[in-house]
Amino acid sequence: MSDKDKSSKKKKGVFRRLSKYVLQQWPLFLVAVLLTLVSNQLSLMGPRYSGAAIDAIETSGGVDFGAVFENVLWMIGCYVLSALLSYVLAVVMLRLSQRIIAKMRKQVFEKLMTLPISYFDTHATGDIISRLSYDVDTINSTLSHDLVQILTSLYTVIGSLVFMWQISKPMILIFVLTVPLSLLFTRYRSKKVRPLFSKRSKKYGELNGFAEEMLTGSRTISAYGRERVISSRFNGINDEAMDAYYKAEYNAALLFPTINLINNLSLTLVAILGGVLYMFSQNGTVLASSVFFITLGGVAQFVQYSRKFAGPINEFSNILHEIQSAFSAAERVFAVLDEEPEPTDAADAQELKTVKGDVHLREVTFGYTADKCVLDKVSVTAKKGQTVAIVGPTGAGKTTIIHLLMRFYDPQSGEITIDGIPSMRLRRADLRAAFNMVLQDTWLFGGTIFENIAYGREDATPDEVYEAARRAKIDDFIRSLPQGYDTVLSDDGVNISKGQKQLITIARAFLSEAPILILDEATSNVDSRTEIQIQNAMTALMENKTCFIIAHRLSTIQNADTILVVKDGAILEQGTHESLLRRGGLYHTLYHSQFH
Amino acid sequence: MKRIWMYLKPLKRRIALGTAVKVFGTVAELIIPFLLSYILDHVIVTNDVGTIVGYGVLMAVCAVAACVGNIVANRMAAKTTMLFSAEMRRELFSKTLRLSARSTDRFTIPSLESRITTDTYNVQNFIGMMQRMGIRAPILLLGGIAVTLLMDEKLALVMIATLPFIFAVVYGISRKGVPLYAQVQKSVDGMVRVVREDVQGIRVIKALSKEDYENARYDNANVALKKQETKAGTIMGIVNPVMTLLMNLGIVAVIAVSAYFVSTGQSSVATVIAFMQYFTLISMAMMSLSRMFVMYTKCAASAARIASVLDEEEELSLCKDDGNGDESFSIVFDHVSFSYLGVRDNLHDVSFSLQKGETLGIIGATGSGKSTILRLLMRLYDADGGTVRIHGRDVRSFTPEERTALFGVAFQNDFLYAASIEENIRFGREIAHDAIVKAAKIAQAHEFITAIPEGYEYEVSTGGTNLSGGQRQRLWIARAVAGDPDILILDDASSALDYKTDANLRAALVKELPDTTVVTVAQRVSSVKDCDLILVIDDGALIGCGTHEELLATCAEYREISESQMGGAFLE
Repeated sequence: MSDKDKSSKKKKGVFRRLSKYVLQQWPLFLVAVLLTLVSNQLSLMGPRYSGAAIDAIETSGGVDFGAVFENVLWMIGCYVLSALLSYVLAVVMLRLSQRIIAKMRKQVFEKLMTLPISYFDTHATGDIISRLSYDVDTINSTLSHDLVQILTSLYTVIGSLVFMWQISKPMILIFVLTVPLSLLFTRYRSKKVRPLFSKRSKKYGELNGFAEEMLTGSRTISAYGRERVISSRFNGINDEAMDAYYKAEYNAALLFPTINLINNLSLTLVAILGGVLYMFSQNGTVLASSVFFITLGGVAQFVQYSRKFAGPINEFSNILHEIQSAFSAAERVFAVLDEEPEPTDAADAQELKTVKGDVHLREVTFGYTADKCVLDKVSVTAKKGQTVAIVGPTGAGKTTIIHLLMRFYDPQSGEITIDGIPSMRLRRADLRAAFNMVLQDTWLFGGTIFENIAYGREDATPDEVYEAARRAKIDDFIRSLPQGYDTVLSDDGVNISKGQKQLITIARAFLSEAPILILDEATSNVDSRTEIQIQNAMTALMENKTCFIIAHRLSTIQNADTILVVKDGAILEQGTHESLLRRGGLYHTLYHSQFH
Repeated sequence: MKRIWMYLKPLKRRIALGTAVKVFGTVAELIIPFLLSYILDHVIVTNDVGTIVGYGVLMAVCAVAACVGNIVANRMAAKTTMLFSAEMRRELFSKTLRLSARSTDRFTIPSLESRITTDTYNVQNFIGMMQRMGIRAPILLLGGIAVTLLMDEKLALVMIATLPFIFAVVYGISRKGVPLYAQVQKSVDGMVRVVREDVQGIRVIKALSKEDYENARYDNANVALKKQETKAGTIMGIVNPVMTLLMNLGIVAVIAVSAYFVSTGQSSVATVIAFMQYFTLISMAMMSLSRMFVMYTKCAASAARIASVLDEEEELSLCKDDGNGDESFSIVFDHVSFSYLGVRDNLHDVSFSLQKGETLGIIGATGSGKSTILRLLMRLYDADGGTVRIHGRDVRSFTPEERTALFGVAFQNDFLYAASIEENIRFGREIAHDAIVKAAKIAQAHEFITAIPEGYEYEVSTGGTNLSGGQRQRLWIARAVAGDPDILILDDASSALDYKTDANLRAALVKELPDTTVVTVAQRVSSVKDCDLILVIDDGALIGCGTHEELLATCAEYREISESQMGGAFLE
C-alpha cells in the first residue's frame, strides 16, 4: 500500500471513528437534530409574522391596530420559544460533547493502564498529558460548536436548493459550475493543510513534554542557575510550535476567503444572468411557458435564496480548519488507543491460586532493544522459602531480572517458571499478585497516607494499617503530622522526606501476604538506625517466602541461600557466601574491598 | 486580563495594520449585498445588458478585493497571534523556573504545567479568533446602528433601548462565568496530576495489579472535569439565546411603535421594511459577538491563572549584609530555625561553623532535617530565625547569580532529561568536553560511559529510565563537579553506589578538588567519616558536632549508627 493510500485510509478511519462516538450517543444526537430543525423553522416563522404585522400597518383603512397587536404577540411567542429551544439545544450539545470527550479521556487512560512498561519508557509524560488535555479539548470544541453548525448548514443548503429549483432551473446551472469548484478547491487545500495541522498537534505535544520534563527538574535548574539556558531551549521548542501554528493558520487562511470569492462570483453571475433573463422575459424573447422565463420578483427571491445557500458553504469553509485541527488531534488520541497493549493472557492461561513459590529461570536472554543484550542465558533456581541475593556493579542487569520476574518485559528466549508453570502461561494478574515488592524508586500517589499504605490490600483494616506502619517505624512520624494518617501527600511536596516515603512503601509491603518477595534496594534511603529498627520486621516478612534481594547490606546478603554475582548481563558466580569466598572470584574481591 | 494585554502592546502597529486590511476586506465584502440590491432595484429595470454586466464586474472586483483583503488580514492575524503567544509563553516559562521553591510548592507542578500549556492555548485561541472574527461584527453592529439612526432615529432608539439590557446580561453572566472556567482549569490540574503520578508509578501499579483502582481514581478526576465544564457551559449557554431574544424583542417593539408612528404619519412602512433588513445584519453581528464573549470568559479565566504566576514574587528579596560575619568560615549557621508549613519546626536552633578548606558531613535519621539544612544553605528557602552565612556573608545578600555560581549540587532524587550524557553533565553551561570528561572521571562515571558504544553521545531518555540507579547518581555528581564549584553538595548522592566506587569517589574528590568545600549528606558513616566536621541531626535539632573520633567519644547516637554499620558492613 502506498503512503498516499494509507494516509487517506487513516483520514477516513478518523472520521468514521469520530462519527461512531457521536452515533453512540444517538438519543441526544437525535434530540439535537430535531431541536435544530424546529428552531430553524421557528426562526423562519418570526419574519413571517413580522411581515403580516407590517401588512397590517399598511392597510387601505389606515393602521389595523388589532391585527398588528395580534401579530406582535405571535412574534413574541415565536422568539421566546426559539430562544428557549436554542438554549436547550446548546445544553444538549454541551452534554453530548462532554459525554463523548469524557469517554475518550477515560478510554485513553484505561488504555494507558494496559500498555507495557516499555511504552512509558519511550514516551514523554508531557506528551501523554498533552493528548489527554489539548488534543481532547480540540475535539471538544469542534463537537460542541461545529457539529450544530454543520447540521444547520445542511438543512439550509438543501432547503434553499429546493426553492431555487422551483424558481429557475437554468440559473441553478451557475451552481452546478461553482459548487463543484468549491468542493474541489476545498479538497485540494485540506489535503495540503492537513499535515500542517498534524504537525501542530505534534509540536504542542513536544512543547508539553519539554515543559513537564523541566518542571520536574525545576529545583535542580534553580540550584544551578540554569533558568536562562533552559528557558532559551524552551524558546526554541516554543518557537517551533508557534511556527507550526503559524504555518497551519497561514495556509488555512487561504481557504475561507477563496470559497467566499467563488460564492460572491456566483452571486454576481446570478445577478447578471437573472437580469438578462428578466430582460428577455420582458421583451418576449423568452416565453412565459419556457424554463428561462423569470419575473422580477423571481430574480429577487432567487438572489435571496442563493445568499442563504452560499452562507453555510462559507461558514463551513470557515470552520474547516477547526475541523482539521480536531482531526489531527483525534489522530493522536486514536494512536494511543491503537497501541499494542501488553499481550493478553493466553486463552488457556492458568489460574494461579495457591502459590508455593518455587521460581526458576532457565537460560533467559533479554535486551531492552534487539541489538543490546542485557541478560545472556541466565539460569537461577529459587525454591520455596529460599533467599536469592543479586549483587554486582550498577548497570549489570540486576533490576532487569526483577522486570522479567514481574513480566514488565518478556524474555527474548528462555523461560521463567513459577511452581513449575511457565510464567508466560499464567494470567498476568495472578502472577503479579504472587509478588510483593519494595523498589528503590519510592512511589506514592496524591492520596492520604492511609490510602497509600493500604494500596496493596484494599480490605486491610485500620488496625492492620497502623500495625504495618508501626513495624515500618513510621507510625510515630505519621501521628505527629497535624492530620495524621489523613495527611494528603502532595506531589513533589516538601511535607515528607524520601526516606519517609520509602518507609511508607515498606509499610505497604508489610500488609501483603504474597509468597514471593522482591526487595530492590528497599532500604537505600533509610538511615541505618531506622534500618536496624525495622530489621526484625523485615526478617519476619521474609520468613517462609521466596525472596529476591538487591542490597548493599552484607548481613542480608550473607544469609542468602544463593548469591548471584552479576556482571555485564551474565551470572559470573553463583553460590553461598562461604562457597563464593572460597572461590576467590569477584565476590571475594568485592567483599574484601571494604577492608581496603 | 490586563496583564495579558501587555503582550499585545509591542505588536500595536502590526495589529493596527492588520485591522486596517481587515476593515478594507470587510467593507469590500459588505458592499456586495448593497450592489446586489441596487442591481435588483434599479439596474435590471433599465433593461440594458451593458449596465447590468458593468455592475456585475464591479461586484466581482469587490469580491476579489474582499478575498485578497481577508487572506492577507488573516495571515497577518496568525502572525500576530504567533508572536504574542510565543512571547507570553516564553515569559511564563522562564518566570515559572525562577519561582521560589515555596511558590512552586504552592502552585504545584501539575498546575504550573497546565498553565504553561492549556491556559496559554486558551488565550492564544481567543486572540487569534478576535482578530479573525472580531472586526466584522463591530463593523456590522456599528454600521447597522448608524444607518438605522439616519433612517429614523426614533425607531432606532427603540431598538437601541435593548442594548443596556443586553450589556447587563452579558456583564452578569461574565461575573459568574470567569470563576466557573477558573474551576474548570483547576479540574484540568487535577486530571493532569493523576496522569502524571500514574505514569511515574506505572511499575508499582502493574506490580500490585492496581489498574482498576487507578482507573477509578482517574475517573473521579475525569468526571469532576466533565461536571465543571458542563456547569460552566450551561451558564455560558444562556448568553446567546438571551442576547438574540432581547434583540428580537427590540424589533417587535420597533414594529409596535412604528404602527403608532405610521398612523400619525411620522414614519412610513417602507422605512420599517428597510429597518428589518438592517436588523438582520445587526442580530447576526450580535450572534458572533456572543460567541466571542464566551471565548473571552474562558480566556479571562486562563489569563488570570497565567497572570498569577507572572505576578508572583519572583526571588526571595535581597538583604544587606550586616557585616558581622567572619570571612575565615566558609559556612556558618547561627541559631537557625525553619518550618515548611509553619506548624512544627523542621529545624530548630541549629548552629555550627565550618572553617575554610574543611569538609562537612551531615548524618541523621530519615526526615530529621538533613536536606533542609542544604536547602537553607542554598537559600531555596529562607530561615524563619537565625542567620546562614557563606564566606562570612549573609546568604540573603548574595544575588541569585552569585549564589548559583557558588554551588554544585547532586540532589537525593535529581533529574536527567532527554539529551546526550554529555549534555546532561554540561547542563547548558559553557564547559569544554575535556572538563566534562574530567568531571565524569571524578564522579566515577567515565568507565561506564565509555563502555557504552555511543559513549558521551549516548541519548538519555526522559527521567534517565534507560540508566540504572547508580549510573544516574554518578551523572548527577559529574554534573555537580563539572562547574568547578566553591561548595559541592552531595545530598545522599552516592546511596546507590557500591562501597568501592563510593570510596574511589571520595578519594578523587579530595585529590582533584582540593579547594572545594564538600558537603556530604549520607546514610552511611563511611561516606562522612573523613569529613573535618560531622553534624548529627535528630528531629530537626543538632545533637552532635565534631570529627568522627570526637563523635564516637561524645555522641551516643553517632556511636550507635557507626557500630551498626561497621558491624554489618556494606557490599555490593
